[in-house]
Amino acid sequence: MQRDRALTIFERSRAGRRAAALPPLDVPERPLDELIPAHLRRERPPELPEVSEPEIVRHYNRISRRNFDLDTGLYPLGSCTMKHNPRLNERVAALPGHARLHPAQDPNRAQGALELMWRLADALTEICGLPHVSLQPSAGSHGELAGLLLTRAYHVDRGERRTKVLTPDTAHGTNPASVTMAGYEVVQVATDERGGVDVDDLRGKVTDEIACLMLTNPNTLGLFDENIREIAAIVHEAGGTLYYDGANLNAIMGHSRPGDMGFDIVHLNLHKSFSQPHGGGGPGSGPIAVSDRIEPYLPVPRVVRRDDADGAAPSYDLEHDRPKSIGRLRGFQGNFGVFVRSYAYILSLGGDGLTEASQTAVLNANYLLARLRKGRAGKYLPVAFDRRCMHEFVLSGRPAKRELEVTTLDVAKRLLDFGFHPPTIYFPLLVDEALMVEPTETETKESLDGFCDAIEEILAEAERDPEQLREAPYTTPVRRLDEAAAARRPVVRERLDA
Amino acid sequence: MSEESYPDDLLYHPEHDWARVEGDSATLGITWYAQDALGEVVFFDPPEPGTEVKKDQPYAEVESVKAVSEVYAPLSGEIIEINKAAAESPEQINDDPYGEGWLARVKLSDPSELDNLMGAAAYRKLLEENE
Amino acid sequence: MLAEIGASATDELFAELPDDIRLGRDLDLAAGMAENDVYDLLAELAKRNTHAEDELCFIGAGMYDHYVPAIVDAITQRSEFLTPYTPYQPEVSQGHLQAMFEFQTAISELTGLPVSNASLYEGPSSVASAGYLAIGATGRRRFVASRGLHPHSREALATYSRGYGAQLGEVDLRHGLTDPGKLAGALDEETAAVFLQTPNFLGAVEDVAALAKRAKEVGALLVVSVDPMTLGVLRPPGECGADVALGEGQPLGGRLDFGGPSFGFFCATQEHIRRMPGRIAGETVDVDGRRGFVLALQTREQHIRRDKATHNICTSQALNALGGIVYLSWLGKRGLVELGELLTRRTAYARERLGNANGVELLHEAPVVREFAIRLDAPVAQVLDRCAAEGIAAGYPLGREYPEHEDGLLVAITERRSREHIDRLAAALETAVAELAGGRAEMSGVR
Repeated sequence: MQRDRALTIFERSRAGRRAAALPPLDVPERPLDELIPAHLRRERPPELPEVSEPEIVRHYNRISRRNFDLDTGLYPLGSCTMKHNPRLNERVAALPGHARLHPAQDPNRAQGALELMWRLADALTEICGLPHVSLQPSAGSHGELAGLLLTRAYHVDRGERRTKVLTPDTAHGTNPASVTMAGYEVVQVATDERGGVDVDDLRGKVTDEIACLMLTNPNTLGLFDENIREIAAIVHEAGGTLYYDGANLNAIMGHSRPGDMGFDIVHLNLHKSFSQPHGGGGPGSGPIAVSDRIEPYLPVPRVVRRDDADGAAPSYDLEHDRPKSIGRLRGFQGNFGVFVRSYAYILSLGGDGLTEASQTAVLNANYLLARLRKGRAGKYLPVAFDRRCMHEFVLSGRPAKRELEVTTLDVAKRLLDFGFHPPTIYFPLLVDEALMVEPTETETKESLDGFCDAIEEILAEAERDPEQLREAPYTTPVRRLDEAAAARRPVVRERLDA
Repeated sequence: MSEESYPDDLLYHPEHDWARVEGDSATLGITWYAQDALGEVVFFDPPEPGTEVKKDQPYAEVESVKAVSEVYAPLSGEIIEINKAAAESPEQINDDPYGEGWLARVKLSDPSELDNLMGAAAYRKLLEENE
Repeated sequence: MLAEIGASATDELFAELPDDIRLGRDLDLAAGMAENDVYDLLAELAKRNTHAEDELCFIGAGMYDHYVPAIVDAITQRSEFLTPYTPYQPEVSQGHLQAMFEFQTAISELTGLPVSNASLYEGPSSVASAGYLAIGATGRRRFVASRGLHPHSREALATYSRGYGAQLGEVDLRHGLTDPGKLAGALDEETAAVFLQTPNFLGAVEDVAALAKRAKEVGALLVVSVDPMTLGVLRPPGECGADVALGEGQPLGGRLDFGGPSFGFFCATQEHIRRMPGRIAGETVDVDGRRGFVLALQTREQHIRRDKATHNICTSQALNALGGIVYLSWLGKRGLVELGELLTRRTAYARERLGNANGVELLHEAPVVREFAIRLDAPVAQVLDRCAAEGIAAGYPLGREYPEHEDGLLVAITERRSREHIDRLAAALETAVAELAGGRAEMSGVR
């Protein structure tokens, strides 16, 4: 079944079949021409599938099994934090009080939702150490754009014109992409031999043209930058803002807080540290937390709590009147369904649980690294920076390429046959033939040992017969795909010549 | 895919571009090393004829599946012709980087710049040093 | 495990954290709770929301109380779709990649434009994203938007424009529709894009093809935001001269969820394929000649092109888009058309009933599909409160975003709003207006 030829739902169509039964017409059947002039109306129906419900269910069930997923096995993508998605969260998100609530419902009749948002925001302020939160951004990238637009508003309000934003060369691609969208020019900061920001290089580049420095700590190498206070001081002295990409928050919850490190603006990824399922590429959510000086510029609407002077229960509301706000980044209030899940997660773990989660995430990564420093992995896939890591680490496949003539790509593809999702490959760009590995706290020791054993076996195979890896994978629903052909002559939809 | 080669009749730029001088104009392209590093070229975005290019500045982009590379002008001048066939079938850039895979022809504005370029032996040496 | 690492306590693993940035105390959050306690707390919060199972919801404004068929949940809740991440390893992600390809095909069919991406976050930010594409395509930095464009879309576009260094101008409505003369006058050779919505925020169907002409003349891109549920009935934007068609995908199998998560859809002409934002699935073959799907044209995206990417998006709304294609398959070719016709006729009925109610007037008479605007002879907020007491959320008050329609209300119809429900709405509005207007008249001593 795995090796079925891929048939799309359109190819399964047969004229006349349908799944939906719609309510009967209970109002006068007025001619459509009377209601909408013909020139505004569609002439041909869209060529949507014509299939019955059992066929739809079968089709999507079949293709779902052509996915490897986190519920099935280890999925150690670096900086993605593929931790277990508790099913309680799905149950509470589906409660009609949350799921069937219209976003434009009168706030007086949506007090449960607004209180949930307020409480989630409150928890996030404690976790990241910054007092003001907006839950509006829909993903990390959206939060990054928000943070940069906040920075822009802040500088403009002070009458300053700043044109550049600093990002380290290890930064995730969304950072420089967001910088350009926010109207700034990217300036790269170098990484030193310890894997942290090269402070001398930073000092040389921080001028009064610099609006902001964007960092994550620990960084994408999984390394904690001990110079963070000095870095913050340099940027603040020059009048810039310090932005925290929250993708790696899973390493430090309950141990350190970006607000205490000196960051002005933080985005959090609810689909990373806060267990929202990844969904094959979303939905996520990227709330931002900011310091007092940035607060006036936060997006609207703001969720506010009004305490009653008479001691009655507080009420919650949405406020739009914030003259310095950067405005809206999207419709309504944000991805509320994600807030429900993340709030349930935070309640389930509690402060103690979140702290333990980070501790275990760091323990698991260090354990995995310790095992992979030995044997063939240590020889062919050495760690890029010889230091204790935090929740993730980066290996370099350069020796494997040189001595075994197998690339990181080949190792990754062979891992697929062993029932693992590979780590992130070829990122960060700083490391040659990179493998970025983040196990998360929800993996057992046995799971991690299984991964190490697989790597060892694959490298032994490479020593004997590297071609085995270069031709891998063998057992997946499809084998290596011709991405060059897809890029040269893109086919991005089914042809449906009716 | 082609065999590694660096023809002696060409001049080379450290950003892995070559030039074949023909009187007061030159044909430009990327070297075998560049196309090998890039992988299968899937897209070539040529500049418009008439565009001014400056030595050491990028004048076009080539893309593989997983990378984008700027193409640097080894010499300054005005673009008089671009290789439409390569734009349509970018595989030529991999298969024949010095022949059918040429990218653009420029009318040179400063022939003295030729002195700054390397010969094949010097370029090969540069590649060895990079290893 | 610690032995393997060479540490004697987990604290050692955090040794590199400088003392002055260690939290040094417990997080000030309640201790972890048992699952049943968490459930009860969340259920208690849910009870304090008045939702569409408790009352009749006539609120629209971009998100609608449609029926989500059970198979959408059954499929999107599967582990294999719920828990993986972006298809970076296509050999083990064919499920999602194929679903994306199917989604792209369906959306392209709906809008009449050949290239669709695999989703953006939602409607209004998709409009803002189109601005970025237009700047890249034209090199110009001026946008013109009709006031028929959803207020949230206009606001998001304005916010993003500050980053783009672009200016945004607005064109008024006249009798509920974009004023063609004013639109034509607002466009010039500096205009990167014109933004229209159909049906527009007041529910009126715009003549996009007619409005497109002037945009073409000045070489501006035409960006059309469209309600996907109306595309069984309305002429698709691609056939009306749109360069980009996009919108809010929530009506397609999405829950209300107090505003999200949903998805934004985004389509363009072939010319703009390399400027498209977001993920795009493409068809190819594997080494054995087997058909398969991959992320195509990744060189547009942030993970490769970084500062020059067509957009910064990474995580989008893949699971919601999957719900969308499941829903569209469920509705099918005929179902989408029939549903559109049902909505059109029910809305016509509702408009007539409400228009005939005392104290209620139509705000405009332009053609509508599933939403329309009325005027009330009593303060809207108070009317809404009284209707709520009758178990009816009567609509979306227009006053805040359209000060010229302070007495305006937007009423939305879905297949869940029957004739009987509409009759109840009409009666409730009539009663509420009478009570409030009568009281007001008494207070002012008018006789």
